Amino acid sequence: MRIFKLIFKNALRHKLRTFLTILGMAIAVMAFGVLRTVVDMYYEGLEATAANRLITRQAVSYIFPLPYSYRDQIAKIPGVETVSFANWFGGTYIDKKNFFARMGVDAETIFDVYPECQIAPKEYEAFKNERNACVVGSEIAKQYGFKIGDIVHIDGDIYPGNWEFVVRGIYTPRDKSTDATQMFFHWAAIDERMKQEMPSRAGQVGWYIIKIKDPAQAAAISEQIDALFQNSSNATKTETERAFTQGFIAGFSSLLNAMNFVAYIIIGIIMLILGNTMIMSARERTREYAVLKTLGFTGGHLFGLIFGESMFISGLGAAVGLLVTYPVVSGIDALMPKGFFPYFFITPFTVILAIIAALTVGVAASVFPVQRALRTKIVDGLRFIG
Amino acid sequence: MSNSIIQVQNVSKSYWRDSFEVPVLNDISLEVQEGEFLGLMGPSGSGKTTLLNLIAGIDRPSKGVLLVGGTDVAKLSESALAKWRSRHVGFVFQFYNLLPVLTAFENVELPLLLTSLSKAERKKHVELVLNVVGLGDRMFHYPKQLSGGQEQRVAIARAIVTDPTILVADEPTGDLDRHSAEEVLTLLERLNTEFKKTIVMVTHDPHAAEKATRRLHLDKGELS
Repeated sequence: MRIFKLIFKNALRHKLRTFLTILGMAIAVMAFGVLRTVVDMYYEGLEATAANRLITRQAVSYIFPLPYSYRDQIAKIPGVETVSFANWFGGTYIDKKNFFARMGVDAETIFDVYPECQIAPKEYEAFKNERNACVVGSEIAKQYGFKIGDIVHIDGDIYPGNWEFVVRGIYTPRDKSTDATQMFFHWAAIDERMKQEMPSRAGQVGWYIIKIKDPAQAAAISEQIDALFQNSSNATKTETERAFTQGFIAGFSSLLNAMNFVAYIIIGIIMLILGNTMIMSARERTREYAVLKTLGFTGGHLFGLIFGESMFISGLGAAVGLLVTYPVVSGIDALMPKGFFPYFFITPFTVILAIIAALTVGVAASVFPVQRALRTKIVDGLRFIG
Repeated sequence: MSNSIIQVQNVSKSYWRDSFEVPVLNDISLEVQEGEFLGLMGPSGSGKTTLLNLIAGIDRPSKGVLLVGGTDVAKLSESALAKWRSRHVGFVFQFYNLLPVLTAFENVELPLLLTSLSKAERKKHVELVLNVVGLGDRMFHYPKQLSGGQEQRVAIARAIVTDPTILVADEPTGDLDRHSAEEVLTLLERLNTEFKKTIVMVTHDPHAAEKATRRLHLDKGELS
């Protein structure tokens, strides 16, 4: 027999109590993992940003459009390689709950500025050559069963009316952080209809996406762009794509902070659960620890027994919790509209955080029982009636 | 005397209860010879168990010198004392104090985990002592599957498995029926006569004390 066997046997002495503690740990670790994943996924958008992309939007807010005429002026600025643009289209695909990003884009340049969205050249050509064509991300193609040649009906809201687009391409993500839940169609198709039905809204784009040659020139080029339109009725704000995304996330900062707070509160709760179990166990074994000391076991041995048991329970709880977190996160991913979180997966950092949390809980939960076991004199321990 | 294995010299022990000093042992002196079976008798509260605990090195005297096998036990640090106990003292408790999650074999093996013996050597030692106490066929039984007498015999096996210098027993028959008590006393007697173990036994049972080769009475912290 080894000490490990004694730790194991001690841990399973009260099977129901240990089982419930492990279950509590597992649920808490799972809840921690899911909450952290939600927070991570908000920030994951930053990972998808490129250093050589700038976003130019209306200075007041990104909900206001910019004139299409800015395009050529921006393109003339030294260091600018490609100028593309997009419009948030909105609309409804069959039902409001079928949410995914639908955007009118510049068909000629969009895949040049977003090389991480990979499309077969033949499909891209077909998209460019047909005014009412669209390209969908592989994730939403999978979710809604879109195939090449399918007609997608969109009920417009920002751009009222019925819209029909033919799927001519399906792009796939190059990286894990690439959003494969978007639908792109020709901005020109929208603009054409606006000219006929709502002329005041024609010639407008949502934002410009600017690919630059040298990321080190991002600040200088941004300044030049904004200087160009400084005194116009549509002043611009240009920033790196990362800064733009960060600004977008900042809008949710209170919610994200609250979620983070709750995640760490959960760790505190599991610390109390395990701590309570360990205190009860160690108290019940006061006499046994005294007997072990009588036999010659030292404080170090008792520390090992109690600490080992605490770590065993917390480790097992964390392992079960993490194992459960994966299918839970996958389930959430499957149930959630694809466009809400373009990607939803457990990051290695979350796994590491959960493991560190479990280890911390294991250590913290053993502090008081160890202290008590070491402080109790043998003669007092032998007299103890639990 | 040259072959005294335990020398208690003017030992006093008192406890503090809140701000009150409660004297338990008062200037006790005694010697135990190697191979002796000493019975310590006395009424409850006379200090028998306290004296036994001092001899076993699980408590420290307030005054005086206590030498066991030539070692001044009171001068050892906590860790050195723990190591000393594991090598020199076998302890038999009134309530057996076996670990309920371990089998008889594992309980007896516990003190050997602190030695450098290999698994095979430990097994050999454990089997040997369990056979000595007559429980060779109960090795893999848990304490709850044993009778009180059998549990106490496992506890004795655990106490002798490391071949300690002295064996101390605190009311070893106090929780047993007459028949089981007789078995345990016979076993202790055999360990003393056949295996030459030095035994110090605390008891208030005159019948149990009869097994000892020498009997001392303790009353109100003083030997008589």
